Amino acid sequence: MGRARGTGDGASSPGAGRVRRFRTYAEVEHGTGSALLEQVTEQRARLARRLAGVGATVAVASGKGGVGKSLVTANLAAALASRGRRVGAVDADLNGPSLARMLGAGTAPLEDRETGVVPPPGAGGVRVISMELLQEREDAPLRWRDPGTDTFLWQSSMEATVLREFLADVDWGDADVLLVDVPPGTDKITRLLELVPDLSAMLLVTTPAEISRAVVARSLRLVRDAGVSPVALVANMTGYACPSCNRRHPLFPGDGARELARATGCPIWAEIPFDPRLGEATERGRPLVLDRPDAPAAAAFAGLAGRIEALLDSRPAGTVPAGRAAQ
Amino acid sequence: MKFLCIGCDEVMGFVERQLPGDGTLAAVFSCKTCGREMAMLTNPMETQLVSSMGVKIGGREVRAQPLEATRSGLEGGRREAFREAEPPARRRPPPVEWSPEAVERLGRVPGFVRGMVKRIYTDYAREREIRTLTPEVMDTARAELGLEGM
Repeated sequence: MGRARGTGDGASSPGAGRVRRFRTYAEVEHGTGSALLEQVTEQRARLARRLAGVGATVAVASGKGGVGKSLVTANLAAALASRGRRVGAVDADLNGPSLARMLGAGTAPLEDRETGVVPPPGAGGVRVISMELLQEREDAPLRWRDPGTDTFLWQSSMEATVLREFLADVDWGDADVLLVDVPPGTDKITRLLELVPDLSAMLLVTTPAEISRAVVARSLRLVRDAGVSPVALVANMTGYACPSCNRRHPLFPGDGARELARATGCPIWAEIPFDPRLGEATERGRPLVLDRPDAPAAAAFAGLAGRIEALLDSRPAGTVPAGRAAQ
Repeated sequence: MKFLCIGCDEVMGFVERQLPGDGTLAAVFSCKTCGREMAMLTNPMETQLVSSMGVKIGGREVRAQPLEATRSGLEGGRREAFREAEPPARRRPPPVEWSPEAVERLGRVPGFVRGMVKRIYTDYAREREIRTLTPEVMDTARAELGLEGM
C-alpha cells in the first residue's frame, strides 16, 4: 500500500508517541514536473557545448586585488591575437569591470542571435564580454532587480548565473583561446572551477611584494587541490623598465614571486616589468603589445602568449574542436 | 523539491504557475490519484532566489534565451546594448505576426530586454501555432511563463 511507503509507518497523521518516518527525496520516485535538476543539468550541458568549440580556456586569477590581472588579460589577449589566434575574453569581475575598455571594445551593440550574443570586436579582433557593455552608466554600481531585502542570500547565486551565461551564451566563434579574467578572492576562483572544472590552464598573477606572495600561495593551493594543470605564475611589476634605456630597476624589496616559485615548484611563465606605457595604452583601449611590440613588457607578453600557444599545439589528437579539425 | 500527498503516497505534479504580484510566485501542484490541489507561494526573496539560479519552477515552456537571467535581472541595463540579428533565411521559421497593439506594447519594454522578450513571445506563439500575437496572448504567455515585468 502506498501510504506505508510514504511515511514508513502507514500513518497519515502522527499519533501520541508515534513519529512519522519519511523517505528521502531520492527514495521518492517521480518528480513534480518542475524538472529543476534537469534545468540545471541542461545549463551545464549548454556551457559544455559552448566551450567544446574553444581551443583552450585559460583563467587569469590571483586571489589578490591590484596586481594587474585585467592588464595581463588584455595584453595577453592582444598578444595572442597579433599572432593570428582567435581570442575571446570574459570579464568575470562583474562588480568592477574594466576589460572591455582595456580592449577598446567600445559601445557598439552586441549582436543578439538565437544561438548566442556576439560582442563587437575589440583591439586585435578580440571579442570580450563584460558588464561594461551592458550597463547604461559607467559609474553605476552593479544592481539587480530585487525585492530589496536579503540580498546576501541570493546575490552570490545571481553572480554565478551571470558568469555562466557570459561563458555559455556568447558565440565565441570557434575561438582558439578564451581568457577569463577572475576578480580578487579565492571564492571567485572556486566559482569559476565549479563552472569550468576542466580549465586548460590557470595563470596566477602576482607581484614581487611579500603580501602578494602570501595571498597567491593560498590560491595556488586551492587550484592544485582542484586538480587544475598546468598552473603557472605571472610576475607583474618585476621592476621598472626605463623607456629610455630599457634597463630594469627594482620596485619592491625582495622578490616574493620567485620565492613563491621556489617554495612551491610552480613555474613562472612571464615576468612583466612595470612600464607606464602599459597603463597609458590600456587606458586608450590599445594594449601595448599591439603598437610597441619592441617594449620589454610587450616582449614578456609575447613570451607568455607563446606558452599558451604551446598548450594548443600539445593537445592530443581528437581534442581539437570540431569546427577547426579540418583546417 | 517534491510535494508528497501523504494520503495517497504520490508525488504531486506541477499544474500551473502565476505571478499574482508583489514578487510572489504561486505554483500549483495536484495529486493525480485523489485530485487534491495545493499552491506553493514564495515570498519575494524566495522568488528571487529561484530566479537567480536561472531556473523555472514548473519547468521551461520556451528555451532559454542568451543572457536571459542577466538581461532579466540587471538594473540599469544599456538601452542600445543589443541589436537583433536576422536568422539565416534557410533556417527562418514560419513567421508570427504581431498585431499593432502588441507592437505598441512591446515598444514599452525597455530596450535592454526588448529583443529577448520579443523572441520569447514569438517562440511561445510559434510552439502553440498561434499566428498572430495580441496583447491577450502576451498576457497569457506572461502568466504561463512567469515573465514578471515583461
